[in-house]
Amino acid sequence: MTEATDPRLQSALTQAPAAKPRKRRRREGLVETTPLLDWTTHVILIIGLLLLLLPIYIAFTAASQSLPEVMAVPSQLTPSSHLWENLETAWTERDFGQKFINSLILAAGVVTGKILIAAITAFGIVFFNYKLRMTIFWLVFITLMLPLEVRIVPTYAVAANALSPFQQIADWIGLSWLLQNVAGIELDLQMNLLNSYTGLILPLVATATGTFLYRQFFLTIPDELFEAAKMDGAGSLRFLWQILMPLSVTNIAALATIMFVYSWNQYLWPLLIITDDAYGVVAVELGRLVPNQNTTGGEVPRWNVAMAGTLIVMIPPVIVVIVMQRWFVRGLINTDK
Amino acid sequence: MAQIDIRAVRKSYGQTEVVHGVDLHIQDGEFVVILGPSGCGKSTLLRMIAGLENITDGEIAIDGTVVNELEPRHRGCAMVFQNYALYPHMTVAGNIGYALKVEGLPKADRDARVLEVARSLELEPFLDRKPGQLSGGQRQRVAMGRAMIREPKVFLFDEPLSILDAKLRVAMRLEIRRLHQRLDATSVFVTHDQIEAMTLADRLVVMNQGNIDQVGTPTEIYDVPASAYVAGFIGAPPMNLLAGEIAQDGGHVVLADGQTAPLPAGWRRAEPGQKVQFGVRPEALSFVPVAGAVALTMVLDFQEELGMGRLFHGRMGAEELIVHATEKTAPVPFGETVQVYLMPETVHLFDAQTGHRLGAEAPIPVAAQ
Repeated sequence: MTEATDPRLQSALTQAPAAKPRKRRRREGLVETTPLLDWTTHVILIIGLLLLLLPIYIAFTAASQSLPEVMAVPSQLTPSSHLWENLETAWTERDFGQKFINSLILAAGVVTGKILIAAITAFGIVFFNYKLRMTIFWLVFITLMLPLEVRIVPTYAVAANALSPFQQIADWIGLSWLLQNVAGIELDLQMNLLNSYTGLILPLVATATGTFLYRQFFLTIPDELFEAAKMDGAGSLRFLWQILMPLSVTNIAALATIMFVYSWNQYLWPLLIITDDAYGVVAVELGRLVPNQNTTGGEVPRWNVAMAGTLIVMIPPVIVVIVMQRWFVRGLINTDK
Repeated sequence: MAQIDIRAVRKSYGQTEVVHGVDLHIQDGEFVVILGPSGCGKSTLLRMIAGLENITDGEIAIDGTVVNELEPRHRGCAMVFQNYALYPHMTVAGNIGYALKVEGLPKADRDARVLEVARSLELEPFLDRKPGQLSGGQRQRVAMGRAMIREPKVFLFDEPLSILDAKLRVAMRLEIRRLHQRLDATSVFVTHDQIEAMTLADRLVVMNQGNIDQVGTPTEIYDVPASAYVAGFIGAPPMNLLAGEIAQDGGHVVLADGQTAPLPAGWRRAEPGQKVQFGVRPEALSFVPVAGAVALTMVLDFQEELGMGRLFHGRMGAEELIVHATEKTAPVPFGETVQVYLMPETVHLFDAQTGHRLGAEAPIPVAAQ
């Protein structure tokens, strides 16, 4: 009983009940209103929003001004009435119709390719047990750290002749030599992907972002689900299509959105491999609209037309994000997993 | 319906062997429960029957066909999983009918069969709901419906009741038994719950560390446990196992604290001086003297009230002893030494080293006293 009179213990005893309500109050704070915190967070959010919207607003005002207005010093920050004619000029001058179609093909190709390949690869890595599983996963994972820009020169070489790696291998193992000497055929594999949709799309599909995303999702699926499907007689691919894919709808939506915006904004790769204007994409075309020493040819830079082009190019990603965002929300509400 | 033959089946994960050569014959229409603590290999054995695990060695035959190399879908088994494993994005009807969809049955036939199964499980009102909107018991029934619809030769249950609450577990237990009586399909049920095992089984298989310790009807296993392990595992509270040694006269056991207890007449399997485990069930002990009973002394520690009786926990020397008393005796002061009585026929004897039962003859069942 001497411990009870120990002052340290005494204070611990008196503090213990006091600690409980304090903890509870803090927990309720998460649900209930704390005016000061609400204000602070809102102010921060609004400042952030303004910072984000300001460039878009400037682009919009510039796009709505005539050339003298846009060149005026100091710049005018109020919209003018020339928006439509600027949009028209930008659209017709740079042939955005064809570029839009090209960019949509590029984006659609990358999105579908990505989803399919990512899902199947992740499926193979997560649901099957074989020796090289982790090796393959890490190989895939490493490509995540190598964006297209890093491997752009070798990628260009491959795009110039997609069969060159095979040619190399055939040369190394002596197959070319054998064919040359035995059959008298010179092995010369050629497959040019420059100036084609395939060449535009394939290198962008081959990264690991989606695979990793899918892997993380598949890991949350209990093994029993796979086993239950096996007992029901479903093969692996059927399990993937009929059970995993429907379950990962929100995943698909997220990946599709990210990949759409990513491929819509592609600049460097199309710039490099597309020399034929028929395959040009919007981002590259937009770049050509931005005035610089080469494009103005000494004339007044037409920033209003460039900004109008920017507005046009911005529209599809914005629509995709808005539409897909509703999917995310639906996926979040639907919690029967 | 089919019989299952398990012949010298082994399972290893790398170097570790978890099932050490199991032989078991399950008859057509029989309800067999495999009982054991977690990690004893019971689920692994079930999954090998299902085809979800490879068989390292030995063979399993269903209905006379060796299924070692067959895919799960060709084995004619249906399985109910521990956590239901329902497809979250499909409705109840979709879940139950999925196997038929995979088979490629026309939708009209499928719907009819689903409806039939749903009716028998009282799931009809929920056919359009998703699993997430169902209660635990309903989900369990959907899982059973999914197994039933294929009209399998063999039902496999992998601890299907363990995540239900106690009351629902009892209700579902009855439902499974009723289902078995109606369908009469061969069933293998894995559990670590001995009450579940005792109540459901036609035949009980007790597994211990990858081996089968004993196979028998629930009463056989309760009355004549083949090893000290089975004796300690079956029955709640478990059998009291006290260390002892066979006395020089061969007819008595000298317990660790020096007390002696006689062995039933004619018990000659044990050698004098042999170290043994002296087993007696808590329900075979009593504080009321009966003719022919032997008295031992024990020190009482505390009691637990069960309503239909009381559990007295005490000590005999250094060893713990539990007495399940059904008669309403006057409260005994704790810490006191009391007399406890047992009939020599209710004694079980196990070899101290191997744990094997000594003496083939069965002791008289407790209930028959």
